[in-house]
Amino acid sequence: MIKLKKILATAFAVLSACIFLLPITACGGNAETVVLRVCSWEEYIDLGDWDEEDRIEIDNPFATDGENGVFGVNPIVEDFIEWFNDNHDYKVTVEYSTFGTNEDLYNRLSLGDVYDLVCPSDYMLMKLIAEDNYVSYSDEFWDLENKNNYYANYVSRYIDGENEGVFNNPEYNWHKKAACYMWGTTGLVYNPDKIDAADVSSWDLLLNDKYKRQVTIKDNVRDAYFATLGIINKENLTDAEIDAKTRSNILNATDPATIAKAQETLKSIKENVYSFETDSGKSDMVTGKVLANYQWSGDAVAIMDNAESDKISPTELWYSVPDECTNLWFDGWLMLKTGIDGNNQKQTAAEAFVNFLSRPDNAIRNMNYIGYSSAIADQTVFDYMEYNYGITLDHTDEEYFDESITDVYKYNLDYLFGEGHSLYIDANVLDFNAENLIPEFEKLGLEDYGNETIYKVYSGAEINRGRQLFAQYPPQNVINRSVIMLDFGEKLSEINQMWINVRCLDLMDISPVTTGIVFAVVAVLAIAICLYIFRYRLFIKNKPKTGFEKV
Amino acid sequence: MKVLRFNRKQLCIPYVVFLVFFVIAPLFVIIFYAFTNGQGQFTFDNFVNFFVSSNTLGTLLYSFALAIVTTLVCLFISYPTAYILARSNLKKKYVLLLLFILPMWINFTLRITALKEILSVIEGNISAYPFLNSVIGMTYDFLPFMILPLYNSLSKLDKSLIEAASDLGANRFTVFLRVTLPLSVPGIISGVTMVLLPSMTNYVVLDMLYNSTYIMGSLIGSYFSAYDWNNGSLISLILLVIIFFVTLITNRFSDKDSENRGAVI
Repeated sequence: MIKLKKILATAFAVLSACIFLLPITACGGNAETVVLRVCSWEEYIDLGDWDEEDRIEIDNPFATDGENGVFGVNPIVEDFIEWFNDNHDYKVTVEYSTFGTNEDLYNRLSLGDVYDLVCPSDYMLMKLIAEDNYVSYSDEFWDLENKNNYYANYVSRYIDGENEGVFNNPEYNWHKKAACYMWGTTGLVYNPDKIDAADVSSWDLLLNDKYKRQVTIKDNVRDAYFATLGIINKENLTDAEIDAKTRSNILNATDPATIAKAQETLKSIKENVYSFETDSGKSDMVTGKVLANYQWSGDAVAIMDNAESDKISPTELWYSVPDECTNLWFDGWLMLKTGIDGNNQKQTAAEAFVNFLSRPDNAIRNMNYIGYSSAIADQTVFDYMEYNYGITLDHTDEEYFDESITDVYKYNLDYLFGEGHSLYIDANVLDFNAENLIPEFEKLGLEDYGNETIYKVYSGAEINRGRQLFAQYPPQNVINRSVIMLDFGEKLSEINQMWINVRCLDLMDISPVTTGIVFAVVAVLAIAICLYIFRYRLFIKNKPKTGFEKV
Repeated sequence: MKVLRFNRKQLCIPYVVFLVFFVIAPLFVIIFYAFTNGQGQFTFDNFVNFFVSSNTLGTLLYSFALAIVTTLVCLFISYPTAYILARSNLKKKYVLLLLFILPMWINFTLRITALKEILSVIEGNISAYPFLNSVIGMTYDFLPFMILPLYNSLSKLDKSLIEAASDLGANRFTVFLRVTLPLSVPGIISGVTMVLLPSMTNYVVLDMLYNSTYIMGSLIGSYFSAYDWNNGSLISLILLVIIFFVTLITNRFSDKDSENRGAVI
């Protein structure tokens, strides 16, 4: 039977290959050209064609056009082809395709589609790595001496550092197998005028009947399950003593008791929320149909930006990461064994593609286009962050601090950008009234730094936009409560069944009387129809002959 | 110069190729998956699971309820409309008909998005009435499919039969009940088929109008997204069987071609 399945898959593959390869073989012909087949998320790469006013005015040591700043003229893919062909003795072309969900990508791979380089999320990376469908990055890729190895040189040590990075955690074991592209957290975008900050600091907002049918949640079993576990284990997770390992175990629990409990909770959530949304959450949040929306950090940034620029009320939305936990997620580039197939030229091209996207100015172009945070964290990216959020360095002289600083808040980004890259924000500086600002900083969960001597203070002039900053670059205290959600593995079918049970109408939930009535009506209708069809045969003895009208 | 000649059989080849690759082959793939498990072994488990689970049966019931209510609403709106349009001597009746057909030219997701906004204005929080909204959405979506066949069969109706019935003393109500209605049965049947079957699976409307309960279409989708081709295929197969039986029953009504038989039997 497995053989038959394989034959079917092969038949599909051959068919699709015939259809898609025809034009390529017809016009290709140049044996020196390597075709790199890349598959990534929709709208996940910069397409160029920027307006001049969009130019990002920062120091760009990587600029190739001789001008300063970061600016997108051509699509990044085209820039890559040009860059690669200038630096290598063979040519490359890129076939760039997109997918909508991780499952969509996986289904396409199992139907026989072949890609060399794909960019799925963390759990799908795990699944593909577990199935041994990957090619490790070569040692040359990790050679720090080579200045063209942008990924190895500029990726945040926190994410993929040689020893300390998340990708090095033995539990995930992605280091050198996958290269991180974008990353972020999950949380709740909300309208602060209508929802108390205290209510939105917990996942049980989804069950809070104060906001009945006014909060949306993602139509996605993994995200829904994660939030549900956060609600069920609220007490354990908010315990100050909890360590990272326990937190991770709690939020990756897939034992039958947990699943059963999650099912009950999710059923209540279903009754309480506005809807399970696939795509509508963003616009509903901006137009004010809903008061809060479970979102991924990058989309949260987009929602908050849109709400401001569209000038539809409410204009000021906030992003909250609940106190219990947040799902730390990564999208990473994985070279597939089925695509690379031992072809060294292809592997070099794939690695070069990742490196090109990791060149800090290209990372900035992508971040600017899609709103998510890149795994690349060097000084250029830091400058971009400051530039983008209008954070300006105000005071560096220490005398200033001794005298007047009282309300400094530390926005800790040292973990991501390295020592000395935290933002210290003085609530008393400039235009803003400290009394208004301090609660806002506390909403962001920033640490009150008191009046210790520090070396950099940023002004509060634009810190209102820190709402987006908070979503795009979570500070250390948010990272401390983040958990990576593993692949469900063998338990997938059980959890999916749980999800179906939640979403389907359960006959057991309807009262027996209603069920009885409905079935009785259906039965009576069916009998009536049958009787009508066979009325001649049953009741009328001298039935009309067929075709009598011709007589 | 040799002239290309095709006989009738050869002209069928494109259609047969299409039929084999896109209808028959996929059907066998569905049947194969429906009766195997993840390891490719033959099994009836998927089949049994479907009929013992209160959730899948509940979904079947919900889809049926939604589809039947939608169909009835469509019928009650369409029949008088089509009747008036067909019977009237209005000069502009083609314009009126066009107005009903016009929405079909616009992409339906666009229409449902617009409907969503209108319903929000009327109802306030529209997520409070998921079933009602789904019925409204589906009705809006499928109404032209009901009006067109009804209009066709009513406008083809032989007026002399109605005149004859009136001459023989039938009042207007009797004429409608004994002549017009029986003669329009084929139109009703094809309208019902065109509305009932797609509205059992059109889950996009439900998604867009915030109905979080699954119908058959979304159930299949959710199995497929968990790489469970077997259960998904089985449900597709069951849906196929249901559709087959519905078509069989409706054919009993329309095949006899009651137009020729005469209505007043």
